[in-house]
Parts: sequence; structure tokens; C-alpha cells
Amino acid sequence: MSTALTKDDFVSDQEVRWCPGCGDYAILAAVQRLMPTLDIPRENIVFISGIGCSSRFPYYMNTYGFHTIHGRAMTIATGLKCTRPELSVWVVTGDGDGLSIGGNHFIHTLRRNVDINVLLFNNRIYGLTKGQYSPTSEMGKKTKSTPLGSIEQPINALSLAMASEATFIARSVDVHTPHLIETLRKATSHKGVSFVEVYQNCNIFNDGAFKQITERNVRDERLLFLEHGKPMLFGPGLKKGICIKDNRPEVVTLGENGITEKDILIHDETSLNLNITYLLTRMDHPEFPVPMGVFRNITRPTYEELMIGQVESLVAQKGKGDLQKLLKGSETWEVK
Amino acid sequence: MSETKSQVNKNVDIKKSPSKKDSGSTELETVAIRFAGDSGDGMQLTGTQFTQTSAIIGNDIATFPDFPAEIRAPAGSLPGVSGFQINFSSQDIRTPGDVPNVLVAMNPAALKVHLKDLEKSGILIVNTDAFNEVNFKKAGYESNPLEDGSLAPYRVYDIPITKLNEEALKDLPLSKKEQDRSKNFFALGLMYWLYDRTMEPTLRWIEQKFAKTPSIAEANRKSLKAGYHYGETAEIFTTHYHVPEARLNPGLYRQITGNQAVALGLITGAHLAGKTLFYGSYPITPASDILHELSMYKNFDVRTFQAEDEIAAIGSAIGASFGGHLGITGTSGPGLALKSEALGLAVMAELPLVVIDVQRAGPSTGMPTKTEQADLLQALFGRPSESPVAVIAPGTPGECFRFAIEALRIATKYMCPVILLTDGALANGAEPWMIPSVESLPKFEIKHLVDAKNFQPYQRDEKTLARPWVMPGTKGLEHRIGGLEKQDITGNVSYDPLNHEKMVRLRAQKIERIAQDIPETETFGPSSGKVLVLGWGSTYGAITSAVEQCQKEGKAVSSIHLRYLNPLPRDLGKFFSRFDKILIPEMNMGQLRMLLRAKYLVDAQGLNKVQGQPLKIQEVKEGIEKLL
Repeated sequence: MSTALTKDDFVSDQEVRWCPGCGDYAILAAVQRLMPTLDIPRENIVFISGIGCSSRFPYYMNTYGFHTIHGRAMTIATGLKCTRPELSVWVVTGDGDGLSIGGNHFIHTLRRNVDINVLLFNNRIYGLTKGQYSPTSEMGKKTKSTPLGSIEQPINALSLAMASEATFIARSVDVHTPHLIETLRKATSHKGVSFVEVYQNCNIFNDGAFKQITERNVRDERLLFLEHGKPMLFGPGLKKGICIKDNRPEVVTLGENGITEKDILIHDETSLNLNITYLLTRMDHPEFPVPMGVFRNITRPTYEELMIGQVESLVAQKGKGDLQKLLKGSETWEVK
Repeated sequence: MSETKSQVNKNVDIKKSPSKKDSGSTELETVAIRFAGDSGDGMQLTGTQFTQTSAIIGNDIATFPDFPAEIRAPAGSLPGVSGFQINFSSQDIRTPGDVPNVLVAMNPAALKVHLKDLEKSGILIVNTDAFNEVNFKKAGYESNPLEDGSLAPYRVYDIPITKLNEEALKDLPLSKKEQDRSKNFFALGLMYWLYDRTMEPTLRWIEQKFAKTPSIAEANRKSLKAGYHYGETAEIFTTHYHVPEARLNPGLYRQITGNQAVALGLITGAHLAGKTLFYGSYPITPASDILHELSMYKNFDVRTFQAEDEIAAIGSAIGASFGGHLGITGTSGPGLALKSEALGLAVMAELPLVVIDVQRAGPSTGMPTKTEQADLLQALFGRPSESPVAVIAPGTPGECFRFAIEALRIATKYMCPVILLTDGALANGAEPWMIPSVESLPKFEIKHLVDAKNFQPYQRDEKTLARPWVMPGTKGLEHRIGGLEKQDITGNVSYDPLNHEKMVRLRAQKIERIAQDIPETETFGPSSGKVLVLGWGSTYGAITSAVEQCQKEGKAVSSIHLRYLNPLPRDLGKFFSRFDKILIPEMNMGQLRMLLRAKYLVDAQGLNKVQGQPLKIQEVKEGIEKLL
């Protein structure tokens, strides 16, 4: 059935109201292109969002959708998935919605491993409220609410996802459609919570936030595309690579100082060595190329599986509940 | 009286009327006993066991557990005192009793806290072993109250409970500390003898509860029996007392607390609706027991979720409702405040949702284990903008069962949030409950729209104004909802001024329509007279008993107990002109009074008590008499 669907089948009748030039358009298009290829009936797909520019996303998807309240999308997705595990549930959030007001739910939804896909559009700014700094804004960032510059250490979404025991952690970027689609495809095929940070440009309040790494002419040099089982090579002609030295990542060049390909770190998204995965999440421009792709992809029972498993094992052990017996309780007396 | 007991307005004399039954025992009609001790002394357990036994032998019962929020406050201190009052009777009773006839004080602090409540010439049983200098100091006594004459108005029984208990257990391989742990069973056994109760139900309970630790079972058994036999043989008591069976309506009974009744009502409601029950909750006193209860019954298609906070709890419940199942969350006042924004979302999204608020004394953390009914206005109005929800409130622990079902029925029929208001007194108080037959309970049908033809997410049912409940997964009905204002019928986002006003009015009208679906107002007593007493929630017992006493004295007093607070019954207004005066007793500063004054322009008087303690019959009676 779903093979007959096309991108257009996932376009809703609502007029898209993001600012012209917003990175969200590219992400929406990528998701709409991905959907018909997933072999999931359209009626089984649900998009849930909180509040913010990114959270308008469900209105534009011709699937089931719920635009909820600020920061709480993951709680609603959790309740939905626990009662309707057969649905494909997507949460669309942003750096303010997901990491600031919704920070608590972010941690707990990830650690529970509810089988949902979480897309966090990170533009390092509050857009819908017109330009205040966000939890991912850089130190010193001048915004409407920080005219003298932000005095806050920004949070690293992927490191936080690691600390929250997420089983699937990935990053992509709005302007690299093929990579974005492939990353989201991997997220959907992962059973358990899938967290994908998408670097996204806000051309009105934080234009060029990721320009220095995503521009076509610097992309190869400044992005590291992670591929499972392959050496971490980057740069024009894949001449540069990442080694670990003294528990720190180091950029090396093939052929220099006797470095060969076998010295380069092999990416293992299933690695139980959390230190390396964590170091990858900390690599940032300009010291390092910024890693893109799947950082972590491990298997653990999902929350709803365990929840329903407890119900089923109790039914197996005690039989389906006898309501009359339950109401009766253990001690009764008869009045004649 | 609870609906599950007797519907007959019996002529009951609340005061005890002693009459000799036989040479060994004196017959009493009603007795209220208060057990008091350190929070580690097991007073709640002692009270619960006494209650269970009294219920099984056929007394009517009502209980009031009163304990500190601290799990183990310093031993012997005043804040650490835990009390449990049980009222048991051969008559129909509705409250735990205004004034205990008996106080069992396990230490000086318990005596200090509770003595002021004991009736004059009441029985006072003290554990003299705990009456020492250290404990006097902790309780703030300057002299030994057992010796300074301050207890002269009471019938005092000095009993060295700790030593007698140790003696009874001396053959068991237990440390002194372990021996002392079962001294509450000694006190329980003594009270069983004094009030002519069988030990059997408690012996059975010990057997089951401590099946895995036979040495503790043995100690508790021995202590219980030692207490009982001490009463029988020690000749301290000149008589013991008998409280005959109550004349309840025929049927099979159990005892039930309000929190248990809510949990069983929710499970039953889900069964009647043929739906999965999803309960998302964050631990909070005094609502946590609902979560504990439901967690035990997963084989009834119950899914419980202990959320990371109050907001996640309600969010998850909304998610379950969006998915087409029964989303429920439970909390107390501070938690309801945190849920208010999400409640507004459920109002806007027009999804069924049940929120249970087990009210406690506030504001802020307040007195978590103490009761109050001061969340009424929060339940009605504690949200941004115009966001009406249905609010209902049972009057007794047993009624909590039916109203939990009712909350689910209204929420699913009208596609709206329903707040079920109970309180600490209902939640932890117990009463006999006639076990309903599941088959006799009306099923309520839930329809999910599956027909894609002419589907509009905000098309309304003509009678209820409810919008269709579509389950995600239904082919052809894919649609989006959310917290932004909806265009009428299509549900698309709309900023049109006239549309907004229309939708505000529609949401209000929908809640008002629920009034077509609730029972007419009933008065307790004649439907006209001098004073009408109006109440809601757990004050039911005290109000009804006070009104009944006035009626017996020939006074023209009636009462109405509101169980539907939003919307109010449509015929309520007509009663106000039929009485000279209106009295509204509440455990708050006058919230229902404010509502009714505003809505009906009626000059209602308040009787307001905010002490974290239930209203007493006598307090209500005095309030009525002032108006006569």
C-alpha cells in the first residue's frame, strides 16, 4: 500500500508559515520524501510537537498530528506509545522546547527508551519569541535578551543524550538533504528511542549559525561523516582522520608522521566504550571536524515492551483479571 | 449515610446509651476509639486491624487516620505522634466521631497531643512504661501527668504495656527491640477484649502477612493474645463492652477507603467502556495510594506510569487519550497547579481526560497529610483564560467508586476533562461498602469515528456538542489537532476574532450540557423550611448527621449535598427561595459560598474551618442553631 504513496501524499492542506528561507522547509521536505519509502501506512504515523517554530511541523504533515504545549511533546508521545505501540510516533522539538523548558522530559524519555523518533531542530536561538538566546547559544552571544552577550555555558544536546542513556544518537544538518534522509531512515529502523539533532539555520534571528561548517566549499574539511565500521576520515580526498591519543581525539593526516589508514579510529556505533562516543559528541569546530551521522545505535528493550510485558506476564500467571473478585477483596461479611 | 449502606432516614441517637447485656458486658451503641503513639509504633496498623474486625463482625464503621508527613519523626516527640480514630456502631454512622470515648496513648507525646479531644470521663489507657523523664521532656511535660492530678476527669488505666509484652515474648529468640515492635498488637488484643471483638480476623491476617517470617508472626500472635488475656484476667476493668451488629441493608460488604474506591472505580469504568486504563502519576501525598493500588492490578488491562513530574503525568494521560484509550492522572493540590497548562490543552484539544485531585491542606507544601477542601476554585478556574472543565466530588469513601466511573463516563461522552475532587479524609478514611455486582453496572458505549466521509475534526454532536474521537491508525481520517485556537468545524488554526468567541462559548456550552445528564437535586428533609445546609465533598457525614439531629429536635432544617459542582444541577436555584437561611459549611474560607452567591445572588452564610481536620457534627449543629 505505502509503496503507492508519494511525497505529495504527506503534504497537508495547510499553508506553510515559516519565514522564507528557514531551514525548516528543507527538513520538512526531507521528511516528506522519506515517509513514502518507509513501508508504514500513513494512518499509523503520528507527529507530536511542543511549541516553537519547529513545533508547527505536524500541521504540514498529512498524517495524524498533535501540536501540544511548550516542552511537553515527549510526555504526550510516551502516553500514546504506551497505549498504541503499533504506531510510528515522531516528536519534533527545538533547542528551546526540548532542552530548556522540556529538559526534564528529554532526560527521562530517553532513559526509558520509549520507541519514538525525536527530531531536535537546533538553531541556537529562540525564533518564535523573536530572538532570545537559547540553551545551545554560544557563550557571549548577543541577542535581544543578552545585549551584552550570553554568560551561559551552552548545553551539548548529544552529550546530554549520552548521559540520558539514549540508545540511538545521531546528528544531521538541514542543508544536506541526502544525509538527513539517510540519518532519519536509520532512526526509524532503530527500535527504541532515536534522537536526531538537526542543525538548522534561522535566517532571521541567527543567520549563518552553522555556515562555517556547512557551506559547500568548507563542508568536506569541517564535517566528519561517521559510518559504522569505517575509519573516521574526512577532508578533501579523505586524507585526514581521527586518532585517539591520551584519551583525547586528535586530527592526523594520512602519510604524515608515518600515519596510515590502520591508525585511524574505526567508528563503532554499537560500541560499549562510552568514552569514545562521548568524545565524539564533544568534537566541535574549529579544533575538530564536526561529526555527522549515527554516533550510537544499541539495542535495549523498549519501555512499552516492558510495560506491556508486565501486563502479559501477570495475565499468564494469574489469568485475566476477574473484576467481581477484585471488587470483593479479601475480607467480606454478609448482612442478611 | 453512604448510598451503599441504607437509604432509609433512620432515627439514630448518636449518643451512646449503655444498657446491661449480661453480667460481664455492657451494651453500647456507638464507640469512638483513638489509638495514638509514635509514628513507628504501628498505630495505623492497629487502627486498621480494629476497623477490619469491627466491620467483619457487622458494625458500621467510619475511620480517620491522622498521621505526620515525616516518616519517622524523632521518637517520643510531639511532631512524631500518629493517630487513628475509629467510630464503630450498631447504628448507621457517617463520621469518625466528634469526640473519642477512648484514647490509647502509647507515650506522653501521644497523650499531650490527643488528650484535649477525649470526652470527659472517657477511658484513657496509657502505656506507663513510656512515661519516663526523657519522654516527659520530649513531650514538654514538666511533671508526670499520671501523678499530678491533671488526668482526674478521665477514667485512667495505667498499664505497663511494654513490660507485659516483653514478658509474653520472653521465650522467643528475639532482641528487646524486636519484642517491642509487637507491643501494638498487645494494645490491640487488649482493646479486642474490652470491646468484645474476636481475634480471628487479625490472627488470619498475621498468618498471611508474615508467612515468610514465622518468628515475627509468632511474636505478633503471642502479643495479641497476651493483650486479650490480660484484659480478661487482670481485673483492672470492671466490665467490658459490646457493640451489636448494625442494621445495614442486606448484601455482601467489605470495608473500603476512598483511594481504594477510586482505583477500583477506574478499573471498573475502563471495563465498562471496554478500554485500556492508562494512569500517569507522580508520587504525592495523599494521592499516591491510587497509583499503588492500580499498579497491583495490571492483569485488568491497567497500565501505570510513574512520570518524572506532574506535567509529564498529565501529558502522558493526554497522549493515551489521544490514542483512543482512557488517560487518567491523579494528584493533590500542588500537583494540580503544575498540571494546569496541560489541562488547558485537553480543553482545547477536546479530548477525554480524568484528573483526580485528592485535596490536602495548603497553600504550598502546607500540611500534606491533613485534609482540606480548598481546591474547588482551583479546579474550576485555575487555568489561563476561559477553560471550563467538569468537576465532580463524592461525599463518602464508598461513593468514590461510583464517581470514578462517572468521571470516565462524562469525559468520554462529552470529550472533555473531568476533575474528580476527593480529599485526605475520604482518601484514607474507611467505611463498609456494599459490593456491587459488575453485571448490574451500566456499560457506557464509546464510539470512535471510522467513516471518512465528510469528516471534520471539530464537527459536533447535536446533543452533547462533543467532537468525534478518532483513533490514530484510522485510515483516511488523518488530521491535526493542537493548542492553537481552532476554526469551528474544520479544527484548522484560526485567529478570526468572531470564531474565537464562538469557540469559547461552544466549549462552555458543552460543559453546561453535562447538566442534562446528571440527577436532579435531592434534599435531605423537607424541600422548604428555615435553614438549608449546603455542602460538598467529605463534609457529607458531619452535615447530614447534624441536620438529622436538628430534624429530630423538630427544627425546620434540611440539607443538600452537591456531588456535581460543574455544571451544577439545573434545578438547584429553586431551593434557595424555599428556605429562610442558607448555611454552607466547608473546610475552606468559603469557596462554594462564593460561587453560589455569584451565580444565584443568594445571601448564603459560611461555616468555615481550615484546621486540616474534618468538620465535626457538633460544629455544624451549632452553626445551624445560630441561624435559627
